[in-house]
Amino acid sequence: MSAVERLASEPLLRVADLSRWYGSIVGCRDVSFEMHPGEVLGIVGESGSGKTTLLKCLSGHLEPTSGKVEFDTRRHGMSDIYGLSEPDRRRMQREDWGFVHQNPRDGLRMRVSGGANVAEPLMNLGRRHYGEMRSATIAWLERVELDTSRIDDKPRNFSGGMQQRIQVARNLIHGPKLVFMDEPTGGLDVSVQARLLDLMRELVRDLGLAVIIVTHDMAVARLMADRLLVMRRGEVVETGLTDQVLDDPQHAYTQLLVSSVLQI
Amino acid sequence: MSAAATRPNEAERYYNYAYLDEQTKRMIRRAILKALAIPGYQAPFGSREMPVPYGWGTGGIQLTAAIIGPDDVYKCIDQGADDTTNAVSIRKFFARVADVATTEDTAEATIIQTRHRIPEQPLKAGQVLVFQVPQPEPLRGLEARETETRAMHAYEEYGLQYVSLYENISAFGRIAATAGYPVMVEERYLMSPSPIPKFDNPKMDDNEAILLFGAGREKRIYAIPPHTRVRSLDFEDYPFEVQTWEENCALCGAEDSYLDEVVLDDAGNRMFVCSDSHHCGQRRAEGHVGPMAGHQLANPVAEDGQ
Repeated sequence: MSAVERLASEPLLRVADLSRWYGSIVGCRDVSFEMHPGEVLGIVGESGSGKTTLLKCLSGHLEPTSGKVEFDTRRHGMSDIYGLSEPDRRRMQREDWGFVHQNPRDGLRMRVSGGANVAEPLMNLGRRHYGEMRSATIAWLERVELDTSRIDDKPRNFSGGMQQRIQVARNLIHGPKLVFMDEPTGGLDVSVQARLLDLMRELVRDLGLAVIIVTHDMAVARLMADRLLVMRRGEVVETGLTDQVLDDPQHAYTQLLVSSVLQI
Repeated sequence: MSAAATRPNEAERYYNYAYLDEQTKRMIRRAILKALAIPGYQAPFGSREMPVPYGWGTGGIQLTAAIIGPDDVYKCIDQGADDTTNAVSIRKFFARVADVATTEDTAEATIIQTRHRIPEQPLKAGQVLVFQVPQPEPLRGLEARETETRAMHAYEEYGLQYVSLYENISAFGRIAATAGYPVMVEERYLMSPSPIPKFDNPKMDDNEAILLFGAGREKRIYAIPPHTRVRSLDFEDYPFEVQTWEENCALCGAEDSYLDEVVLDDAGNRMFVCSDSHHCGQRRAEGHVGPMAGHQLANPVAEDGQ
């Protein structure tokens, strides 16, 4: 989808004046943006800037203090996700979304095999044919470049990078419209990180997925994101196309952030 | 109760009838009614300390104590047998604290407390089968959080349970789980049938008797009222199947009962016998003969005499 087509389409996610307070401490404040299908949005900022709070609010895990998160759901159309009943919201999260955690242990069931982890979203959607799910799982393991003969190994027997690939497969197999990623390459060494990023970029482009990716790594943002939100102390200080924000930062904080990236 | 048997301290004597105090029994009965009203739903209850450790049937004992009356006939089985240590002591316990008649005859009993089996003989209306349950939550092995499993029950999100069946097939090529095989009750609540063999699962469907499940440590009661649909989970391409044996019962020759394997010596000799001791005994009394009939195991009295 070209940028022009994307802008012409109806928004997938609309966030209006979203704030979340922890008592008197601000988590994030007055965040507003729109996202279109197929768009990859990066949220960058230093630790404590409110990235994770914002992601939790957007992904339905943390109710905002004020403001609205509207999403174009398959079952209910454009609706306020916190206005849906809990079972509807949970079903929407299962059907329309994926969530890739920073630590694969948070996103995988460590006591069941990698294959079952990948197939679980299908079972959650009501699929009850083992053979079909098995072949879908194998196809997805191939797609994330994992050795399919290891399908029945437990996640703990895979390396960190492979666990993250299982997590990616698990979050894409059911055909979500939007995937949240919280530092998906954090904790991986640079070469594994580069390969995983390359893979994710390819998948996102192939599937025309919309992704919200939270990261403090400017390189990840540069590689993955079409558009960036720069956060500081709970507020969005700058927003724009990734290249524009990183090459010509306007806000003093963004300039600091970009200039802090280590060069080799 | 004849008039002659009435004693001056009748009221005090019955205050603690069947071990538990009246308020506790009332609380348990309320939980039972709730459980019967919502088949398969795990109703919480205030489980009490019992004179046996958790894991020895405290949930089942509390259920029995709450429903038993002087006119009941009580049977207690452990793994199908009436004569195992646990069954004997629980049966003695109720004979003493509730003054009830006890029996080994499945048809004669009004309350049958069981661990790990459903009797072979079909149950009838008016009978109550009380199960001892170690872990009432079928999803617990996959989801450790109680808040989450409660939400999953509330919203009927049972996809996760299939993950365990999926794991089974990918590891063994078939659904190899044999005990505590999960069921759907009235197509609404996912339920653990307690660790009965899956051989017994079909017996729960449309059963005439009341099935009560008590988990003492986990403080949960659940129930299947008479004539309730109970379906064992499966996949479209891997349908639910029960265990089968190549041999018949060595003592009574039964082809259709659940068999236990008994190792006879260290030379590799073994026999298969009905796990339901009353069923096997009854069949032998009717003249059914298995290939090892007359074996000393068939005649425990002779064995005692050694």
